[in-house]
Amino acid sequence: MQETLEKILRTYHESEGNVISLLQEIEESFGYLPEDAINWFSEQLDIPPSRFYGIATFYAQFHLKPRGENIITACCGTACHVKGAEKLINSLMRELQIPSGEDTSEDRKFTVEKVNCVGACSIAPVVIINKEVHGKMTADRLMKEIRKIK
Amino acid sequence: MAMQEGSIVVKVCMGTGGIAAGGAAVVSAFREEFESAGVRASVEKNCSVHNVGCRGFCARDVLVDVIVGGEKTTYEYIKSDMVPRIVEEHILQGRPIEEWVVKEDYHTFHEKQVKVVLSDCGEVDPEDIESYVSRGGYSALEKVLATMTPEETIGLIKDSGLRGRGGAGFPAGLKWEFARKAAGEPKYLICNADEGDPGAFMDRSIIEGNPHSVIEGMVIGAYAIGARKGYVYIRAEYPLAVERLKIALDQARRRRVLGDDIGGRGFDFDIRIKLGAGAFVCGEETALIASIEGNRGMPRAKPPFPAQKGLWGKPTVINNVETLANVPYIVRNGAGWFAQFGTEKSKGTKVFALTGKVKNSGLIEVPLGISLREIIYDIGGGIEGGRRLKAVQTGGPSGGCITNEMIDIAVDYESLAKAGSIVGSGGMVVMDETDCMVNIAKYFLEFTQAESCGKCVPCRIGTKRLLEILQRITDGRGRPGDVELLEKLSNDVRSASLCGLGQTAPNPVLSTLRYFRNEYEAHIHEKRCPAGVCKNLLTYSILEEFCKGCTMCARVCPAGAIVGEKKKPHKIIEEICVKCGACFEICKFKAVKKG
Repeated sequence: MQETLEKILRTYHESEGNVISLLQEIEESFGYLPEDAINWFSEQLDIPPSRFYGIATFYAQFHLKPRGENIITACCGTACHVKGAEKLINSLMRELQIPSGEDTSEDRKFTVEKVNCVGACSIAPVVIINKEVHGKMTADRLMKEIRKIK
Repeated sequence: MAMQEGSIVVKVCMGTGGIAAGGAAVVSAFREEFESAGVRASVEKNCSVHNVGCRGFCARDVLVDVIVGGEKTTYEYIKSDMVPRIVEEHILQGRPIEEWVVKEDYHTFHEKQVKVVLSDCGEVDPEDIESYVSRGGYSALEKVLATMTPEETIGLIKDSGLRGRGGAGFPAGLKWEFARKAAGEPKYLICNADEGDPGAFMDRSIIEGNPHSVIEGMVIGAYAIGARKGYVYIRAEYPLAVERLKIALDQARRRRVLGDDIGGRGFDFDIRIKLGAGAFVCGEETALIASIEGNRGMPRAKPPFPAQKGLWGKPTVINNVETLANVPYIVRNGAGWFAQFGTEKSKGTKVFALTGKVKNSGLIEVPLGISLREIIYDIGGGIEGGRRLKAVQTGGPSGGCITNEMIDIAVDYESLAKAGSIVGSGGMVVMDETDCMVNIAKYFLEFTQAESCGKCVPCRIGTKRLLEILQRITDGRGRPGDVELLEKLSNDVRSASLCGLGQTAPNPVLSTLRYFRNEYEAHIHEKRCPAGVCKNLLTYSILEEFCKGCTMCARVCPAGAIVGEKKKPHKIIEEICVKCGACFEICKFKAVKKG
C-alpha cells in the first residue's frame, strides 16, 4: 500500500493536482477510499481529513467502503426509467440478495450501483456489467449475464 | 480516407451504442475477412475498415456503411457473424444484401434533419486527425489566425446568432465579448462537458464522434477572448469520450493546432482534461469552477459572472460542447449561412436526444423552429407499439412537458419557454399513455433532491419536501390540499433558490400540474393510478376464465404469492404480493389483470 501511496503523491505534485484529482487516484488504485490512505495524505499534505471527507461525500464517484468484485451499474436516466430500469434493479437486488439500503452483497462479490445517466438512451434500458455496456436489457437476459459471473 | 475509384471503405459505428451492440467484434470480423487469403487477393490495398462515431441512430446498431467505388450502402443490425456474407456477396461479387440494407425509415429519420455539428459525426474517424482535416477540419482556425482579429471573430459569432446550447441559451458571442473586455490576466476558456441531464447524450456523441471539432472551436474561442489555457470538464461516466478526447488532444498538439505557437502564428493555447466526479450541480458555471479548483462543487451568487471573475478569480468563459463544436462550421461557412437556419431569435440547428417510447430513437439535429410533430412523427416514426402519445418531456429535470394537444408547437427557445418547458440541453423523452405523469414528476424530483448541493435552504429543504409529497401521493397516501401545497412550494423554491438547479427543479412538477392535474387528483382522491404505474395503487389478480394453469406465473413470482394446481386456475394472495409485475409480463394468456 505504501508504495502506491508514494506514487500517487508524486503524480499529485508533478501534475499540480488538487484534492479531487488525488481522491480520484486513490479510488482508482484501491477501488474505494481507505481511511488509512486519507489520513496518510492528510499528514503529508497538511490538509485536514475533514476536507477530504467533505469532498469525498459530495461527489458520487467516491466510496468510503470497499466495493464488490463485480460492479453492476444500472442506468437510471429518464429514458431507462420509462423503459423499466426500476424493475431491472429490483430483480438484481433479489437475485444477488443485497439487503435493502445496501449496495453490496455480503460476500462482497457484487455491487449494484445506480447512475444518473450513461448517455446511451437510445438503447435503453442500459446495464453496465464490469464496464461492458449492455443495451435494451430485459430481466431475463440480465439474470443470464449475472449467472455467468456468479 | 480520400475516396478513389475502385476503393472499398467500410465504416462501422463505434459510439457507445455501437460498441454495446457488438461493434468491436464487427470491426475485427471485417479485418479478419479482409486478411483471409482469398479475399486479400482481390481487394488488396484498396480495402480499409474505419471506426466512426455515432451517427445518431443507435437503436439500429451496429450500423455499417460499405462504400464500393463511391457507392454507399448502409446496413443495420449487423452482428459479427453476418460479416463473411457481406464480404463475400457485396464486396467480392458486387451484390449488396438487400434484406440487411436499411429500410425506408432510416432515410426518413435523416431527411428532415439539418446537420451542422453532426455533419462529420459518423463520417470521420474520431481517432485520426487527418480524417477530420481531409473534410476541411482546422481550416476555420487557420482562417481566423491568418485573417481575423479577435474582435472580428467575436463579431462573426455575434452575427451568427449562436446561443449557448447547454441550457440557458445565452448568446455565445456576447459572452466572449464580456470576457475579452474584462480586466485581469490570465483568462481561461472552459468547455463544459459535464452532461448531467438524464436523457441527453449529444455532448458525449459529439466528443466520441468528432472530438477535433470541439478542440478547434475551443482554440478559436481562446483566440477571441485572449485565453492561453483551457479545460475540458468532462464526466467520468463517459470513458470512451475521455479516451478519444485524449487521443485527439495529442494529435492536435503534434499537428501544432494546439500548444505553443499555433500554426506558427505566435498564439499559445493548451487544453487540459478535468474529470468530473459525479455531481449534477457541477453543470452550473460557478459550481464547475469550484470543482476545477478542487473544492466541493457548490455554486455561488452571480454577479460577478465568470466572464468577470471566474476560475481562480480570473475572467473565464464556459461554453458547452455543442456550442463550441458549432464554431468551426460557422467560421468556415459564414455567419449568414448559419443564421439562415432557425427562427428570428433562435438561430441555427440544435441537437436533440430523441428517446423513450418513440420508434426511431436516437440523436437528431434539426433547425430550431421545427414543429414537435415533425420531430416525433416524421423523424421519430411515431409512437412505439401503436400507442397514443401522451407527452414529450423536454429539457430534463429543469424542463417540463409538452402535451399531445400542443404537438404543433415550434421547437425553439421562446416557444418552449412559453409552454412552461425549456429547450435545455436537448433531451426529449417521449411518453405514451402507459406513463404516469405524477411518477415522472417524482422521478425528476428524486433526481434534483439527491443532486441539490445543500448550500441554500430553499433548494435543499424545498426539494426534499416536494419529493415527500409526491412520494405519498404515488404511495396512495395523498391528502386533499396536496396539489395546492405542491404548487405553492414549487413557486417558493423556484423564486428563492440560489442557482439554476433549484430555480428550475420545480418545473417538472409545475408543468405536469398544469397539464395533468386530473392525474394528480385521481391518485389523491380515488387512490388510483390511471396509467397503471404506481405500484402501491395497483393490485394484480388472475382471471380464472383465461388461466390455463401453466404455472409460469407461480414460477417467476419472487414472493411465492401465487398458488394453484397444475392445469387449474391459479390465484394471487394479495397480502404476500410484492407487485413486481413479473406474472403480468410472463403470462401468455393475458390472464393476469393489473388495476
